[in-house]
Amino acid sequence: MAVEERDPVSGQKTTGHEWNGIKELDTAVPRGVLIFLVVTHVWAVLWWLLMPTWPLVTTYTKGILGIDQRQTVERELVTAQAERASWVKAIETESYEQIQSNEDLMKVVRSTGRQLFGDNCAACHGADGNGRANYPDLTDDDWLWGGEVEQIAETMRLGINSRHQNTRVAQMPAFGRDAMLDRAQVANVATYVQSLSNPAVSTPQNVAQIQAGREVFLTTCAACHGEDGKGNREVGAPNLTDPHWVYGGDLQTLIDTIHGGRQGHMPTWDERLTPAEIKILALYVNSLGDVKP
Amino acid sequence: MVQQLTTGDRQNTLVILLFVFVVGVAMAAVGRFDPLGVHGVIVMLFGGSLAALVMRSYYEREPTQDRLSHYYDDPIKAGVALTLAWAIFGMFMGVWTAAQLAWPDLAFDAGWSTFGRLRPTHTTGVIFGFGGNALIATSFHVVQRTSRARLAGQVSPWFVLLGFNLFCILAVTGYFMGVTQSKEYAEAEWYADLWLVVVWVTYFVLFLRTLARRKEPHIYVANWYYMAFIVVVAILHIVNNLALPISLGQAKSYTIWAGVQDSMVQWWYGHNAVAFFLTAGFLAMLYYYLPVRAQRPIFSYRLSILSFWGITFFYMWAGSHHLHYTALPHWVQNLGMTFSVMLLVPSWASAGNALLTLNGAWHRVRDDATLRFIFVAAVFYGLSTFEGSFMAIRPVNALSHYTDWTVGHVHAGALGWVAFITFGSLYTLVPSLWKRERMYSPALVEVHFWLAVAGTLIYVFSMWNSGILQGLMWRTYTQEGTLAYSFLDSLVAMYPYYIARAFGGLLFLLGAIVAAYNIWMTVRAVPVAAGGQADVPDSGLAPNTVATPAE
Repeated sequence: MAVEERDPVSGQKTTGHEWNGIKELDTAVPRGVLIFLVVTHVWAVLWWLLMPTWPLVTTYTKGILGIDQRQTVERELVTAQAERASWVKAIETESYEQIQSNEDLMKVVRSTGRQLFGDNCAACHGADGNGRANYPDLTDDDWLWGGEVEQIAETMRLGINSRHQNTRVAQMPAFGRDAMLDRAQVANVATYVQSLSNPAVSTPQNVAQIQAGREVFLTTCAACHGEDGKGNREVGAPNLTDPHWVYGGDLQTLIDTIHGGRQGHMPTWDERLTPAEIKILALYVNSLGDVKP
Repeated sequence: MVQQLTTGDRQNTLVILLFVFVVGVAMAAVGRFDPLGVHGVIVMLFGGSLAALVMRSYYEREPTQDRLSHYYDDPIKAGVALTLAWAIFGMFMGVWTAAQLAWPDLAFDAGWSTFGRLRPTHTTGVIFGFGGNALIATSFHVVQRTSRARLAGQVSPWFVLLGFNLFCILAVTGYFMGVTQSKEYAEAEWYADLWLVVVWVTYFVLFLRTLARRKEPHIYVANWYYMAFIVVVAILHIVNNLALPISLGQAKSYTIWAGVQDSMVQWWYGHNAVAFFLTAGFLAMLYYYLPVRAQRPIFSYRLSILSFWGITFFYMWAGSHHLHYTALPHWVQNLGMTFSVMLLVPSWASAGNALLTLNGAWHRVRDDATLRFIFVAAVFYGLSTFEGSFMAIRPVNALSHYTDWTVGHVHAGALGWVAFITFGSLYTLVPSLWKRERMYSPALVEVHFWLAVAGTLIYVFSMWNSGILQGLMWRTYTQEGTLAYSFLDSLVAMYPYYIARAFGGLLFLLGAIVAAYNIWMTVRAVPVAAGGQADVPDSGLAPNTVATPAE
């Protein structure tokens, strides 16, 4: 064992051990490492003195600064609320007309509404409110339950077919599956409904079918959708004469809808959002509706 | 593999395998209405096919006593192959999940391929499959060479290696079926966990017994780290996975920990899995393959002592920094934070010790891509341990937590450190293990190196950008005192980074495939080295006095 062996590159002595050709130098720990070690430890000890850190049997060291994360966050919440207090109060108390005529408040509605919409509504209705298959477009002027700000706020508060005790209820029965109409009737009425918004569907060959469908419509569908098919916002029955469709206006989707019924769902936001947030969102969604006809 | 076993060994092996087979049959029977039944079938097939393999060679000639004067390398060779197979599987799953974040349709509307199920197949595949097999294989290699002693067992090294792989297979196949404990990095269910305990305790005993028969007066540093890895992983695994199954016929179990204690135990486990699996174990690799490849002595034995005890002591306290600003009491968070900062110097001492060891060998770093792998590993080790301590500071964590910065940090460690040191070690190990003159293609090692460097840098930089951007978007307020961005806005902003990250991961995966090909061809096509240094435990002793069969 060559205890005095020296490494020719560094001039350091080896420890005298060797494992499978591996040797180690006996280099002292560099001073920088020791200094840095002391610095981090001094910092840690300071932190222990200043902040809650060490457990005792039934409690813990509170630290000289007396800082506690729970108190900190509570204080920050109060500060944050105070910062928002001026406009929150106004939005809570003022009517929709007053808010809409106040440009400062509408600025808040636009910036806050966009973020609230993104976090709460966009998952179904899309980031821009354009909707997609099975989820209504909020940027057009076609509304199931009404597009006035108050009506939108009420829809958000209660939800549709939701857990809220006063929920808006919209049940389109499964006419085919529950044997209220036979297959031919379903196909006829679907063709008729399609022709309401798209007269081009009507051809000399299917005039009789459309006429038969109209008979079925008047006895079966008109109660909710109206004799003219223009819908009824009291019961959330959509207007069938415009080009806007929640589930789709092609013949096959219409047959599916009439056969299997529809029970769309919108959650209640009553407990999840504050009244002020619901008002902001209602105003925001209402403003989306101005984008296109 | 069977040729190295005596008839007694073969009988013991068959008994163990038949026991595994019978357990599989029992699991398949009682769990036939549950994913447990599928796992029963897998266990059955695993035990049955290995038993068939042993029986096929059962009557082959027994090995001579002479084998005991050589190192036991067969399990290491199998371990290298398994390491590469898991690397490709695990990294592929990583690229797939990364791509899903950019293009969610890549789940193809199936249950088994949703992000939530694929993600743990990636983490388990790379950490346990790739990392675990690399650790087991290299530990068998290093402990024998640095102790000048053959492994203290004929069957137990195989039991450890293959048993561990059975655990990995059960874990990963379970995730596809939705079987999970929902504990990050400890998702495997109770029966797989119990099996791993048996495997791991065997590993521990095997390693200790091998060390006990060493012919060197001192235990080399690498073995300290392997020992720390084996001991602490056993403790972590057992404590965090304490659970009650809802019935013996079902996969589902509930942890015995509740509420904030559950979180604390989970992150005590999680952080020390990083510490003792992904750090201590791979530092052991570094401590052997770096000086061997660089042909330089370790820079400082004293620094090794400082960093070893610093790392083993301080890491244990740091887990609570994963739970900053949560329901965990403030004092626990602060304690974890201070220990995380004190941990920095011992960690950097390891990285520094590695880099200073290269003094006198920098020309080799320039010329030898294998040594460059090891060099980059040490650099990324230093980088990610600094980043870890930095992110453990509460106000920094307030920005980084829950963002992609964490993902970037983990991959700086996992790709830059763990995978680089593993590939550097494999390129050193493979020619020596198979007694080949060299790797099949040094040019392909070079290609792999640059693919891996590019992949890691693209990955880590995109996640740093994305994470900090995310964190800032989440905390930006408008003049009115409300949030400026919705969560969706932050996702839209992430999109280009997610594409870049998937691309970086793809480059890294390609590098691993190149490595697997190169290693395969080395074994297949490179001629056996002539002469060279004898790689035997102790040529001075007569064979029959070197060691006695363990089983």
